[in-house]
Amino acid sequence: MRIELNVNGTLHEIEVEPRTTLLDCLRDLLDLKGAHAGCEHGVCGACTVLFDGVAVRSCLMFAAQAAGTPITTIEGVTPGPGELSPIQDAFCETHGTQCGYCTPAMILVAHALLADNPEPTRDQIVEAISGNICRCTGYAQIVEAIALAAERMRGANRPRSLSK
Amino acid sequence: MSADRHRYVSTDRRVREDRRFVVGKGQFVADIDLPHMRHVALVTCPYPAARIKTIDKSAALAMPGVHYVLDGHELAEATLPLMTGLDTPNVPRRPLATDVARYAGEWVAAVVADTRALAEDAAEKVRITYEKLPFVLDAEQAIQAGAVLVHQAHGSNVLLDKTFVWGEVEQDFKDSPRHLSLRVKWGRSATVPIETFGVAASWDPWREMLDVYASIQMPRYADQISIALKIPVTSVRVHHDVDVGGSYGVKRGIKHTVLCGYLTRRLGFPVRLIEDRLENMRGGDAHGPERLFDVDVAFDDNGIVRSMKMRALENVGAYAGRSPFQLGKPIGAIVGPYKIKSVQYRAVAVVTNKTTQEAVRGFGQGPTNLALERTMDEVANALGLDRLEIRRRNMIRHEEFPYTIPSGTTYDSGDYHTVIDKVLANTNYEDLKKERDRLRADGKLAGIGIAACLEPSGGNATFEALLNPAITTSTFMDSCRISVDGMGTITASMHTTSSGQGHETLLGTVIGEVLQVDPDSIRVTRPDSLNSLPSGTPVGSRMAIMLGGAAFHAAHKLKAKLTTIGAHDLGIPLERAVYKDGIVSDRDAPQNKRSWGDLVQIAFRNYHRMPDGLEPGLAVSHVMQVPTGGTLPTPDGRVQMYPCFSFEFHLILLAIDPDLGTPEILRYRVGHDCGTVINPKIVRGMTMGGIAHGIGAALYEEFAYDGEGQLMAQSFMDYLLPSSREVPAVEIIQHVTPSPNTVLGQKGAGESGYLGAPAAVANAVNDALKPLGVSINTLPLKLSKLGDLIAEARAKKGN
Amino acid sequence: MKAAPFEYSRAADIDEACAWLAADDSARVIAGGQTLVPMMVMRLARPTRLIDINRIAALSYIRNDGDGVAIGATTRQCVVERDALVAAQVPLLARAIPNIGHAATRARGTIGGSLANADPAAELPLIAITLDAVLSYRASGETAEIPAREFFIGPMITTLPAGGCLVGVRFPVWQGEKIGVGFHEVNARRSDFAFVSAAAQVELGADGKCKRIAIGVGAATDFPMRLDSAEQQLTGSTLDAKAVDAALREALADIDALADLHASAEYRRRAAINLASRAVADAVSHAQGKKAQRNADAH
Repeated sequence: MRIELNVNGTLHEIEVEPRTTLLDCLRDLLDLKGAHAGCEHGVCGACTVLFDGVAVRSCLMFAAQAAGTPITTIEGVTPGPGELSPIQDAFCETHGTQCGYCTPAMILVAHALLADNPEPTRDQIVEAISGNICRCTGYAQIVEAIALAAERMRGANRPRSLSK
Repeated sequence: MSADRHRYVSTDRRVREDRRFVVGKGQFVADIDLPHMRHVALVTCPYPAARIKTIDKSAALAMPGVHYVLDGHELAEATLPLMTGLDTPNVPRRPLATDVARYAGEWVAAVVADTRALAEDAAEKVRITYEKLPFVLDAEQAIQAGAVLVHQAHGSNVLLDKTFVWGEVEQDFKDSPRHLSLRVKWGRSATVPIETFGVAASWDPWREMLDVYASIQMPRYADQISIALKIPVTSVRVHHDVDVGGSYGVKRGIKHTVLCGYLTRRLGFPVRLIEDRLENMRGGDAHGPERLFDVDVAFDDNGIVRSMKMRALENVGAYAGRSPFQLGKPIGAIVGPYKIKSVQYRAVAVVTNKTTQEAVRGFGQGPTNLALERTMDEVANALGLDRLEIRRRNMIRHEEFPYTIPSGTTYDSGDYHTVIDKVLANTNYEDLKKERDRLRADGKLAGIGIAACLEPSGGNATFEALLNPAITTSTFMDSCRISVDGMGTITASMHTTSSGQGHETLLGTVIGEVLQVDPDSIRVTRPDSLNSLPSGTPVGSRMAIMLGGAAFHAAHKLKAKLTTIGAHDLGIPLERAVYKDGIVSDRDAPQNKRSWGDLVQIAFRNYHRMPDGLEPGLAVSHVMQVPTGGTLPTPDGRVQMYPCFSFEFHLILLAIDPDLGTPEILRYRVGHDCGTVINPKIVRGMTMGGIAHGIGAALYEEFAYDGEGQLMAQSFMDYLLPSSREVPAVEIIQHVTPSPNTVLGQKGAGESGYLGAPAAVANAVNDALKPLGVSINTLPLKLSKLGDLIAEARAKKGN
Repeated sequence: MKAAPFEYSRAADIDEACAWLAADDSARVIAGGQTLVPMMVMRLARPTRLIDINRIAALSYIRNDGDGVAIGATTRQCVVERDALVAAQVPLLARAIPNIGHAATRARGTIGGSLANADPAAELPLIAITLDAVLSYRASGETAEIPAREFFIGPMITTLPAGGCLVGVRFPVWQGEKIGVGFHEVNARRSDFAFVSAAAQVELGADGKCKRIAIGVGAATDFPMRLDSAEQQLTGSTLDAKAVDAALREALADIDALADLHASAEYRRRAAINLASRAVADAVSHAQGKKAQRNADAH
């Protein structure tokens, strides 16, 4: 079936099987490899994308269902070639990644959190990422990255809507 | 080299690899699309043991997009069995079962189709008839005479039963006034990366080249592919620049790779297998140690442990590759940080009808540390002595290093007492006890957990020769190549894959330190296996030592060459030439110098200015043997194992809800000493991640089986991985006791945290249960088990 | 893990959805998909057709409905989580919802989906039973109602007729001065399916005694249970801890509790008593105005 997906601000017309998940569609048909398959049953969160700005598991949605809603992937929050967003840079500053597999998902969750709550407490950050499993970092440096990003973004006088 | 004098080493530098990961531009195996690539799905055996009677492929082959259905017999005819570590020819291991399947989830057939979805559709249509066979799941049952045999031809279920006696064990037991026996079980768990194993293989018959892209962490990977597929190793090109999404030991991938290697050669197009999570959990590279310890110790009234007997019984699963060696590696630190004088160690590996176990972070040291630390706690309890004090009394003292333990390994350095003191300076032990007592007064069960554990590092895997005398390997190498190009920029290469350890940053930092140039100006590459020098791969917490060491030596070679060229061109004797920041000058007349650009010019374009006999260009390499390595075991089973020993001291406060059994870690402090820290961010990350793994193994994770041989934890819904909510805030107190055996004093940190956290949590739980008079020595300490234990104890007490 | 092939239809309204269901008894509706999709990719569920009801606006609502609050079947759990009307009128529901899965699953999961799925450990069926909610469904052009107590009859088994589709649920609102709620669950990790859960709602009279009480226990048995005998015993009492404990013990003594790799039957039985007791205590405190409604952070 033909569907139209709005991904990172671009409309794509693609041919999918009904059973093609949004995750597989992004990776295989739109060549957006940043969302990762970790479990394919909605527990690990490595497949997270933003669905109208809200973090969801793309492995639990069939692509056909996603038509008509703006989807944001890690590629969509990267400012430009060779550039890093404040959140991405904060992850580099605190070393909030090791193998990188859960990282795009964590960063998108951070984006959604900080768009909604620019001054999260440590506990709110922990809660926000509690649906994303990391096996490398033990989470500490991820939490620190998000806190650092929040601090930097608050200091930057950026309008909140631009961080979506 | 003290930390103060380092320009780059030990400074808080960013990890360069992070850049590609935060934008989602890592190159994982599933990101690689080879033209005309097809996909594999597996058909697995539903029974724990069964004879395979018939395989009907017709319905599957008739389905759309299906190219092939491979069975075990065809594969066995064309390939050799996979390499094993022990001498067990009657326990062969193959990617696909041939006549008999020996665990629920074992791969029986492989379907190749245009897409993974189509391959799965067809896999469902492969009709296999089985004759169910008797099975055995429990290791203690498997070793009994008359037990169901997993491999008939082997004659028993025992792959290994070896006893070592180091020192006068019986005499020491006789001479000691006190004895204690303890049974400790490490439940079947592993480090379970979020990315499963995957491989894409492509055979080019014109070049006779098998290109392999894999999420791999496996020594001798290309060798094993070559042997199994019966092609020269020079026909195997493993691409090391694939990013591995976590491995922590498990991604051995050899059955997947031989399978795909065969299929691509047979079918003429690239073939890819990415384990889905079910394939991974049931039959892929997922399971880890399941070990039962029986420990006896002999000690005196002061709590000095003189001698120890330990039997370690490992439930290896239905087949064995390297995994039984996980019983051998802990021999190199069998007494932990303690001065136990004599040891008897019996290592027993048995097969059962469970999934085959792979290597896991620490290679058996974590379980062994658990047994040691539970024992030390119980010794203290038996004497009514403080558990911290007992450890202090038994620990090797700083001035006693290098210290040789009964099994023949010499520990390089350590200052355990100082590390402990530093942790206690941060968190007062008496205050912690008061906090525990307050919690107890509030009706909670509360306990303090202590664990003092070693992380052997360096990867001198002489346990192979110890457990299998037919193995005479004493070489464990790594390497680095550095070349400066004609424009003066530097490229360094490493010769293996990485899974998040920051090896590129490590290389840049070490080379930058030696050459006194900005580490970030150094390009790091990962040539494929045909263009690589030898590497032992990131196992055994070895890369800081080995890759760091090789890089250090290579950089010094380069520095020496540059100095020689500069001295010659300046017309001065070599002793007067000073190298600083890439410039060579005359010690006696510093205004006379040759810049980096001058030196490059000479080396590349002005042969007439080169010293005699020196090769043009600026290319160097170094292949390094593991420090302290090169010996084989003595007849009485003593050998030097790993060269360096990092130390960690965990201090935990834990509370348990007495009605629900729910454990909660309230405070977590860890003192960590891995010698010189090359990159603090990386080391901290390793420790934190290891602790999270350890908390998982201690409290949540288990590959549990039911009585019918079925894995109950087949997905992440039942195999419970700690989230950010389950890992408490941890404060790490770092100490540096350099190693005398390494170039910068660095030790390994790749297994940090994981090797001590389960012991600390287990000790905390037991301390919490102590007022009830019960203990629990089986991991994982699931809350329902705790709940049941507490309820039973209270009922007995008339509560 | 890829789902078996299926046809996909998007229903514009509920009757179209029901028509699709009627035409093929292997067809299923999909709303949030947070439990259906995992089952499909593991090939445990193999619908021949998925009928997407996410766009049926008429099924997504939260409104006052006389003496109850009516919630449409496709209302997202996260929307209910933040709704002021629900917080004010159905506080037990507001209290329980943050325990469902993770924020990412509540962003897509629906009220109707969780009820229709009827997992023994799910929070929504427990709340529905505790509050005597009434579920409505559509089938063959007719709307009908089933009380929660008659809806859940086994693990993942409901009395929703074949070809029927849930359209909404109505939670009765307790009118009264002193209403309090309590909810507790125990699981290995905060957002797992509960091993045992308990919900309680209490109305205190002017004399401070229990005027009305509802207690439900979930995840311990094949479907959530109401502790009717305990409720009867405790109505009119002061709800002191001892009496509550005794009543709960009696009510739960003989339940046929579930046993699995996560917990023994004995554990579930004991935990049920303990959690129900805490839930009642919380409800009492809440009704007395002593404690603000506890947030999701505490067990």
